Amino acid sequence: MSDSYVAVHGETNDPALRHHFATEEQQRNASSLGMWIFLGTEVMFFGGLFCAYLIYRHWYFGDFGAASKSIDAALGGTNTAVLICSSLTVVLAIWAAQTAQRTLMIAMLILTMLFGLAFLGIKGKEYKDKFDEHHVPGASFSFEHEEIPGHPGQYANPRHAEIFFALYFIMTGLHALHMIVGLGIFTWLLIMAWKGRFTPHYHTPLEIGGLYWHFVDIVWIYLFPLLYLIDRHP
Amino acid sequence: MSDHSKSSPLKSYFSVWIALLVGTFLTYEVAKIDLGVFNSAVALIIATTKALLVAMFFMHLKGASERLLKLVVISTIFFLFILLALSMADYGTRPWS
Repeated sequence: MSDSYVAVHGETNDPALRHHFATEEQQRNASSLGMWIFLGTEVMFFGGLFCAYLIYRHWYFGDFGAASKSIDAALGGTNTAVLICSSLTVVLAIWAAQTAQRTLMIAMLILTMLFGLAFLGIKGKEYKDKFDEHHVPGASFSFEHEEIPGHPGQYANPRHAEIFFALYFIMTGLHALHMIVGLGIFTWLLIMAWKGRFTPHYHTPLEIGGLYWHFVDIVWIYLFPLLYLIDRHP
Repeated sequence: MSDHSKSSPLKSYFSVWIALLVGTFLTYEVAKIDLGVFNSAVALIIATTKALLVAMFFMHLKGASERLLKLVVISTIFFLFILLALSMADYGTRPWS
């Protein structure tokens, strides 16, 4: 009786195992479950915006097409590739932690952050173009005489196009904010990795930080076709 | 998830990475073709395939043993579906607007 009690709750010499968890696996599962619940709330949070997008895309179909066509899709496509590469470096960093390759882990974490910064840089270029073209919703907004794709001679309603750009800036802006938070998390992970806190035994922060990063990647995977690629055909 | 072999996760990670890049290129190119009403359907199918690849292999949903985790993921998708489907059932069927 007392033996099994000790086996479950005893003070093991493992500092990584908190006393309120029976096993390391249970501790790991609890952490990742918490992250998945948070990601569930994030899905609903972005879901509201996707819902708003769907409704207005349905109402102002052609206007959205004309407005979307003014965005540089090549920049958006490059950014998609950059984020996919950063997701690969995240799983490689976790694999390096599992196989006790500290240098590789640190290199992969730095590479992830560089990809993240590249994404934000490209995004900044995109935003600058929109400011120069007066496509930012507000007093100086202008979207006159832009043809609706597939309807020669018909022009998009600037007020409707303004709603597209409002959604574009809110959705990509919120996504960029998540990227900045992600960079903060990865700075902390890098410091922890540098200090040698992650072992093949214990690297839960890397795994749940990675879950967050992949989720932000998934949001972008949907934003890219919905905002950049509608009505691209001539 | 467990360590059957050391090299097998790497192989799947790189395959998924290449598949995601191919998917990105594909969705970019297919957007230039006029498929009528199927344009957005094709774009969303490609996006969902990519999202599933990331969730299954990079976020390790494939092989996850915990039932509670599956419950969270499935209910998330279900509530998102309610949000989108009920809203569009309203806005999509208003002939007067």
